[in-house]
Amino acid sequence: MRRGRISERWWALLGRFGLTQQRWGSWPAWMRRLVKATTWLGLGLILTAAFGTWTTSALAVAAVVLLIVVPPWDRLPNIGPYRTGRWIPWLIALGFVVAYPYYVNGLPQLPVFGPFPNVHTMVVAGIFTMMALGLNFVVGYAGLLDLGYVAFYAMGAYVCGWFASEQFAGQHIDVGAVGLQQGWIGIHLSIWLVLPIAGLMTALIGVIIGLPTLRLRGDYLAIVTLGFGEIMPQVADNGNNLGGFNLTNGTGGITSIDGPGFGHGTVARALHLPASYLGAGNLDSLFFWTVIVLVLITIFCSARLRDSRLGRAWIAIREDETAAAAMGIPLMRTKTWSYATGAFFGGVAGAYYSSYNGGAFPDQFLFQISVFILCMVILGGMGSIPGVMLGAWFLAYLDQEGLSNVGGWINSHFNTNINVPNYEFGIYGLIIVVVMLLRPEGLIPSSRRAAELHEGVHDEPLYDVEELNAPLTEPTV
Amino acid sequence: MSGEPLLQTFALRKEFGGLVANNDVDFVVPEGGIVSLIGPNGAGKTTFFNMLTGVYKPTDGTIVFNGEDMTGKPPHAYTERGIGRTFQNIRLFQNMTALENVLVGMHTRLKSHLVGALLRTPHVRREEREARERARELLEFSGLRGKDSVVGRSLSYGDQRRLEVARALATRPKLLLLDEPTAGMNPQETAEFTAFVAKLRSQEHLSVLLIEHDMKVVMGVSDTITVLDYGEKIAEGTPAEIQKNERVIEAYLGSAAVSS
Repeated sequence: MRRGRISERWWALLGRFGLTQQRWGSWPAWMRRLVKATTWLGLGLILTAAFGTWTTSALAVAAVVLLIVVPPWDRLPNIGPYRTGRWIPWLIALGFVVAYPYYVNGLPQLPVFGPFPNVHTMVVAGIFTMMALGLNFVVGYAGLLDLGYVAFYAMGAYVCGWFASEQFAGQHIDVGAVGLQQGWIGIHLSIWLVLPIAGLMTALIGVIIGLPTLRLRGDYLAIVTLGFGEIMPQVADNGNNLGGFNLTNGTGGITSIDGPGFGHGTVARALHLPASYLGAGNLDSLFFWTVIVLVLITIFCSARLRDSRLGRAWIAIREDETAAAAMGIPLMRTKTWSYATGAFFGGVAGAYYSSYNGGAFPDQFLFQISVFILCMVILGGMGSIPGVMLGAWFLAYLDQEGLSNVGGWINSHFNTNINVPNYEFGIYGLIIVVVMLLRPEGLIPSSRRAAELHEGVHDEPLYDVEELNAPLTEPTV
Repeated sequence: MSGEPLLQTFALRKEFGGLVANNDVDFVVPEGGIVSLIGPNGAGKTTFFNMLTGVYKPTDGTIVFNGEDMTGKPPHAYTERGIGRTFQNIRLFQNMTALENVLVGMHTRLKSHLVGALLRTPHVRREEREARERARELLEFSGLRGKDSVVGRSLSYGDQRRLEVARALATRPKLLLLDEPTAGMNPQETAEFTAFVAKLRSQEHLSVLLIEHDMKVVMGVSDTITVLDYGEKIAEGTPAEIQKNERVIEAYLGSAAVSS
């Protein structure tokens, strides 16, 4: 309704300049696209120029956007069952993401936000994207509020520490690890093995945590998950002496975790795959490309599961638990699956992060991280894959670079001396409050979720309250 | 028309604190029968329903369905064995489409799981395709042709009721429990619905247990009627017998029902 009225006003305005809606409609589609895309880009470029940061590379960016947006890709014939037209723009976009490390240094400065994020930031943002998509299984699909997601991140990181460092010096196991020095000790599995192992072990922890807690509803579940999120770092902190056994190396954390790599095998050499990431000159780029693959896998699983029998059951539980149970959905089992799936991706992301960092330290796994990831999901739009990705990328970027860049800009322009990153969580809180006020369904909402937030969710306690209360008002003798 | 007992309860009892909501109710639904449960508000009808679907655990007594002791099993077990239900206050998945609602109802009859869904194996694909086909048939059977992709909350009230039944039918029940299905319907919709229930028995060979306040529906469609009052079964019998029963008239029907 409201949208209709706004566009009517626009058309009235444009009509005065001779561009009526009929005339617009009579143009060929590619021309309309071209005009639309150029208008927006033009506006963007003018704004950029107004801030005095105009370069030729800005034009290059503009050209790329035009290439993706303008041609009528969706008219391409399908190849077999695959809708070519739908995929090509995404593939082009993916190509540019993959090539990011090559042209990042040539990109123009943005107003306020300063330079484009560097590759290191992009790696971290990718890892957080994966975690946010993992949490989205629990919060977005099944509608269970989890305030302890950091526990899964921690679990993944420590699994990576156990299986790919010198933590267990008494052991002497090596399966495909790269970059080992002479006289190495401990368990060293290839990171490619450790990632799925970490995922599976974390999923197992998810099941163990889930079984007692998922019986609870709403607020109670949130409180218990919060508790588990707090327990995990405590265990990590104090796990250096579990009956004499050093599991986590206490506050020192597990250090010198192996990096990924493909070794010196013939296949790796033939494909020009790097022998060891840590030894390579373009370390960040390698980690960046790998995290792209991991994120793509996560997206794939998110989409496939959402559209499956299991995904339908999750959404049904979110919509109305009682009705879902009456339709034959086993609540505990289905919720536990969502928890385990979310935990799996949290674990893989955690393991990958600790391999990138080269260590797992208990002070990484604070409650703030749980909230941080939850913010990403809420900001982007619960249940929506592109939304969650955008939310995750944006908040991770702010955390890594954005806030200090913005802070620098503020300080130099207003002659102040504010340490903006200090107010990090206050700023996130503010962002969330503003988004909740203006766009409660998130930046890119899933269609379903948007409807829920505007219409209100049908959620009642398992017991019919009327049935319990009504007879109680009768006089009891 | 009615055969072996399909659902039986023995001395089924539910207490909420000191309050006895259902006091040792013995009850039978025969195979192929349509049984109604009537009684004044607060008589414990919905509580009884909730025990028959596993939402409440009985304080005491036994529920036997199709020869199997079901007492204390979780709700999804009841659905698996073949008890489908609708709710007194419509509980559709409001933001899922009609088709998705029915597909959720098929949950127990489908097999695909995590790995299958991820790999989308040929088996899973076929199952999904067949499920969608069957869901469309069910929607058509329930009078919702062409409303596949309408979300629950956008359907009209009557259609929402129909969708609830379609969803319950999707669980492939042997026994269908309907909790005040005609509440809020106009006389014409009610008449259509009554015919629909009769059709369910004749075409789908279902047994039906009905909670209903509309005496026209109850008297028109039921084989037997059970009357609850203050959690106790006060009468049981054919519609004609119930209409003459004095305790029932006193507790619930009133004298108007007798004359009609």
